[in-house]
Amino acid sequence: MLIPHPLLGPRDAQEFTYLGDAKLLDRPDGMAPGAAEAFFEYLYLRDNRAGVHEELWFHEQGDRAILLVTRDTTTHEILGAVLARDAVLSRTGDGT
Amino acid sequence: MSRLDGGLIDRSRTLSFTFDGRRYVGHPGDTLASALLANGVRLMGRSFKYHRPRGVLTAGSEEPSALVELRSGARREPNTKATVTELYDGLDAMSQNRWPSLKFDALGVNDFVSPLFAAGFYYKTFMWPKAFWEKLYEPAIRRAAGLGRLSMEPDPDSYDKGFLHCDLLVIGAGAAGLVAALTAARTGKRVILADEDFRLGGRLLSESHTLGDAPATDWLAGREAELSSLPNLRIMRRTTVFGAYDHGIYGAVERVGDHAPDASNGVRQTLWRITARRTIMATGATERHIPFANNDRPGIMLAGALRAYANRWAACPAGRVAIFTNNDDGHRTASDLAAKGVEIAGVIDTRADAQPLGDYPVFPGAVVTGSKGRLGLNSVEITQEGRTQTLTCGALGVSGGWNPNLQLASHHRGRPVWSEEKLAFLPGEGGPRGLVPAGAANGEGSTGGALSSGARAAQAVLADLGVDAAMPELPEAEDTPIKQSAFWYVPGTARAWVDFQNDVTVKDIALAHQENMRPVEHLKRWTTLGMATDQGKTSNVTALAIMAELTGRSIPETGTTIFRPPYTPVSLGVLGGGDTGAEFRPLRLTPTHEWAKARGAPFTEVGPWMRAQYFPRPGETHWRDSVDREVLATRAGVGICDVTTLGKVDVQGADALEFVNRLYCNGFKTLKVGMVRYGLMLREDGIAMDDGTCARLAEDHLVVTTTTSQAGPVYRHMEFARQCLWPDLDVQLISTTDAWAQLSVAGPHARRLLERVVDGVDISNDACPFMSCRELTVCGGLRARLFRISFSGELAYELAVPARYGGALMDRLVTLGEDLGATPYGTEALSVLRIEKGHAAGNELNGQTTAQMLGMGRMVSNKKDSIGAVLSRREGLCADRRTLVGLQAMDAGAKVTAGAHLLSDGAEERTEMDEGWISSACHSPHLGVGIGLGFLEDGARRMGEVITAANPLEGQSTRLRVVSPHFIDPDGGRVRD
Repeated sequence: MLIPHPLLGPRDAQEFTYLGDAKLLDRPDGMAPGAAEAFFEYLYLRDNRAGVHEELWFHEQGDRAILLVTRDTTTHEILGAVLARDAVLSRTGDGT
Repeated sequence: MSRLDGGLIDRSRTLSFTFDGRRYVGHPGDTLASALLANGVRLMGRSFKYHRPRGVLTAGSEEPSALVELRSGARREPNTKATVTELYDGLDAMSQNRWPSLKFDALGVNDFVSPLFAAGFYYKTFMWPKAFWEKLYEPAIRRAAGLGRLSMEPDPDSYDKGFLHCDLLVIGAGAAGLVAALTAARTGKRVILADEDFRLGGRLLSESHTLGDAPATDWLAGREAELSSLPNLRIMRRTTVFGAYDHGIYGAVERVGDHAPDASNGVRQTLWRITARRTIMATGATERHIPFANNDRPGIMLAGALRAYANRWAACPAGRVAIFTNNDDGHRTASDLAAKGVEIAGVIDTRADAQPLGDYPVFPGAVVTGSKGRLGLNSVEITQEGRTQTLTCGALGVSGGWNPNLQLASHHRGRPVWSEEKLAFLPGEGGPRGLVPAGAANGEGSTGGALSSGARAAQAVLADLGVDAAMPELPEAEDTPIKQSAFWYVPGTARAWVDFQNDVTVKDIALAHQENMRPVEHLKRWTTLGMATDQGKTSNVTALAIMAELTGRSIPETGTTIFRPPYTPVSLGVLGGGDTGAEFRPLRLTPTHEWAKARGAPFTEVGPWMRAQYFPRPGETHWRDSVDREVLATRAGVGICDVTTLGKVDVQGADALEFVNRLYCNGFKTLKVGMVRYGLMLREDGIAMDDGTCARLAEDHLVVTTTTSQAGPVYRHMEFARQCLWPDLDVQLISTTDAWAQLSVAGPHARRLLERVVDGVDISNDACPFMSCRELTVCGGLRARLFRISFSGELAYELAVPARYGGALMDRLVTLGEDLGATPYGTEALSVLRIEKGHAAGNELNGQTTAQMLGMGRMVSNKKDSIGAVLSRREGLCADRRTLVGLQAMDAGAKVTAGAHLLSDGAEERTEMDEGWISSACHSPHLGVGIGLGFLEDGARRMGEVITAANPLEGQSTRLRVVSPHFIDPDGGRVRD
């Protein structure tokens, strides 16, 4: 597989370590009420999608960026890849 | 039968080879199969189940029968196809699956009890009693049914791997592939042309046609010259593209040295990963046979193969040959063989209107209904309008039409589509993106059709890439449409083989039908049809057609099978690509490695690192002598150990402290500049992940340490936290594990020794107390970091210097500390020291333990959110009653073993009685007995109790006293001294 790194261009998937579902970006607040339930869901409940899936890939043998990759699990087609950091910041409104 | 005229072999040179110990000769250009045929050898193997005598069926990589063991000793390779084994001088081949000899095989008896081996027989018969399957039935069946033998020795050959990139990958260098490569390469695009054969030309090499006015070989020579001159084109001969993978990546094996006389020189095979923007699959076609009674005798082969042996290799298995065909192509073989002087006994054509292509007898509307000849064909029985007659012949060519080699196109679940016009499956939709079939692989099998198909495919692909490619000039070529009939098998009562490699007959298919194993996937598994190493290249479609006839449905209604990689078998050695043994992964050496080696230290693997285990001295005969001395010397004087391998992560930024506060479960907000704190990291699920220290060198500068084995995972975890969880924090990370050499200096004289190397810095207890850190210089200006931390329970420091000075610093400390008893120690003493002190390490942090179990439950702060804190409070984790305890042997000589299970004293050794386990154990030179650390049910409240450690694997049972895990200095006075 080739992953289109937003900074480095297409890179072989062997350079990356798969970190899992992009749901991991939405870590609950550990001090909020109901945190135990929220963390249980965060950690253990996953949609096993046939189709478009957002996931995290760590460029461990490269520039160490973690990418948010959109992949079709039925065809392995990669529909996009952005820096996970940018994705989180833009969601929280801190992005530029 | 001697050699025919012509052929693409170099008769000026002779190659000598052996088969089953007998010496033969051949010529460069020969394969093992062609050379054997030219030497009159038809019998080449025994079949898988029935041990039937078998010869060669094909002239290519689809071969199911002529499988041999190649080479000898550790280089012996079973199940090698004689048809694609390039002959070299000294080649040594043995037949397989026979005993005692190929001509007399004792297990040939299987053939007479063949009903025992019908489809599904194993499943139905060997069911009872269940336990017999593994011990009795399966080994016996495996002995009887088989292929070649493994050498059972390590593979002595070298393999390599490499990466290639191109705009266009052309797979197959026949008529279509060559023209496609040429059309594309002329535009300047990067092209790779790969072919499994050692010679370019594909099927053209086996035909007698002319291209333009010249023989095909002349045209090939011209194209090859041009292709070789193009710098943007790479020709890869002897290269099998075996699989299509995601995003235009193809796996290929190049047989670099298999044909070379001395395979011990250089690389044997190379695994290539080819990334191609577009691919043209010009993989040709494979001929089908027509099953009839006893159709598997040596000498019966595919008609196209017979033609190939005659035209390309000037070989023919017999002087008198018959052809059985349902199409015009069979007549070409007859005509080509006749032209080479081979006598044609007749062409048996299933079609009533069959016409000869030359001067030979034709039997129209006839079929072959039997054959004779125990170890090789003597005659065939033919049936025409109900009358049978015998035709004497030493070889029979069978032609049942051609199947496109569409395997690669179905690798991504691309479904082949049936063409009633061509009576074949063609590549369909849904295959690998960017892959375009051309030539015979797309059902365009005439030479003219293949040439223009290749050119058009290249033009289309390049247009897709935005390049206009000119149509090349194509030579006049044979372009006659092949007429054929849908004739699939000759019905009869005797066995007629469909799949030669797995010994599956028409009867087996009928049985599968009768037992309702009708869907293709069931048929395959019930009969094992198409499931041998040839993946049914010569049998699948025929079997499908037979099943269609039995069910009264059409072939597309009956289904199709798709293929998976590899196209042909790939050796595990080349998939490893040389990453075996010491080359399996990079080896990391510590900065003191050479120094330790010079002192005779043995090394041990710790993750990817090699670390010194201990430093033996003259007179020490047992490793424990050295380890006990190192431990005692450290506790009495000063010991020095290389601890570089512990992970180090530099954390910098305005929010560095906030960042580590969220990572560690214990509080870090109050860590002052110049101080170090012990920290425990949890996984998000609440299990303990790793422990280490965090030193604050400056307001915005921290150094985090990790255990050796978790250095990688912890760094990954920290990057995830930084980039994915808290990207708003101002913090940067970098691993500095390899940048700094770090030496532990431990023992009551540690300070005195270090005072001799630091540059005018006060390191007294007041200036540099326990758990402090500072940057300084040593040895006259070398920058360094000093951490006053202890893993041994002694007064101890860790001194870090740039990695390249590590060896020199070790040498300096040992020399300067001679009068203080300075002693280098290795990982064994390091481990003893920490067990005696009760420090958790990798054995305790094994991914199954919690802060609570480690006795650190109260460290998990509930005043803040940190990774794992919330889920660590789950009842199942925080209420775990197994806690870390010390264990001390009751008898001085008793052995304490890590992994042993803990039981109440006198309890029966049963799983239900289990109360915990020993995680670390050693002999304590300090106490003079065996000790251990372990997790014990309700451990904290059982101090002083005597329990039993059971090690049933080694028949051991040891009585132990439960004590505090701090065997030495439980109040921690020494570390603060």
